[in-house]
Amino acid sequence: MKIRINGQLEDIDADSLDAALQLLGYGDAKVATAVNGEFVPEDNRAKYILHDGDRLEVLAPMQGG
Amino acid sequence: MLEFYGTKLKNPLMLGTAQYPSPAILADAFIRSEASVATVSLRRESGNELAGQDFWKLIQELNVHILPNTAGCHTVKEAVTTAHMARELFKTKWIKLEVIGEEDTLQPDVFRLVEAARILSEDGFQLFPYTTEDLVVADRLLEAGCEVLMPWGAPIGSGMGLNNVFGLRSMRAHFPDTPLVVDAGLGLPSHAAAAMELGFDAILLNSAVAKAGDPAAMAEAFSKAAIAGQTAYEADPMEKLDMAEPSTPVIGKAFLS
Repeated sequence: MKIRINGQLEDIDADSLDAALQLLGYGDAKVATAVNGEFVPEDNRAKYILHDGDRLEVLAPMQGG
Repeated sequence: MLEFYGTKLKNPLMLGTAQYPSPAILADAFIRSEASVATVSLRRESGNELAGQDFWKLIQELNVHILPNTAGCHTVKEAVTTAHMARELFKTKWIKLEVIGEEDTLQPDVFRLVEAARILSEDGFQLFPYTTEDLVVADRLLEAGCEVLMPWGAPIGSGMGLNNVFGLRSMRAHFPDTPLVVDAGLGLPSHAAAAMELGFDAILLNSAVAKAGDPAAMAEAFSKAAIAGQTAYEADPMEKLDMAEPSTPVIGKAFLS
């Protein structure tokens, strides 16, 4: 399945968002997620099924003004 | 005492966390200034580098209130989604709501700002909207559920200071019970003092500190200036006069000519 992760096209073998994050190396990192522009809460990641062509955004705390 | 949404704050300085030469200097700026609030953002995280995790650890060690922003958002949808992600990530209802409408000045799109504020307020967020000094927009933001207003001093990162003193003074007069923060555009501690002398409750800045030769010293200077301005406002400054008025008593002066 090909999905776009933070703008980069990736081929990934995972059904759920939670599984995808594990495969991508996020582990227990403090991140927030959105798929196709919609926020996906942490509690919903395990049951959230990704589809070919989805756009996944994985964000973390960063410096800001 | 300064209070936002029931949270009392000791220091009127709210400080950004971007553009510092190093994490250690960032931390030093917060320690020396005793800033009460740190603004932060969300950006893409790589699963290989996980760069944001170290920053999060650093921010937690500062022991200040966290104010996530929606910087860079141009649409209502972007801002609302970013706010939801920030609430989960930072475990706070506070959000510095930015919806940018113009690239050269980074002026807020106040129409979209009000719309986003209404949506987020109904969803339980406690909003700090980055706005202009427009009184009608300010009214609409309050109607939308905002309990704090943050007009710009000048365009973000410009360091120009208070571009519209009349407008800021009008805001203070029209909204005497609403916490007001001058956000953006300050360049010197004297700008901070001037904002606080107008009766503003706090100041929010980043570039003026982070881009200084000695950011920690500049942060301390801004903090002292803000407190000086606050004390001056509370001390009820004298009225301006058009002509001189002698301060030394005239009565009793010797006749020596």
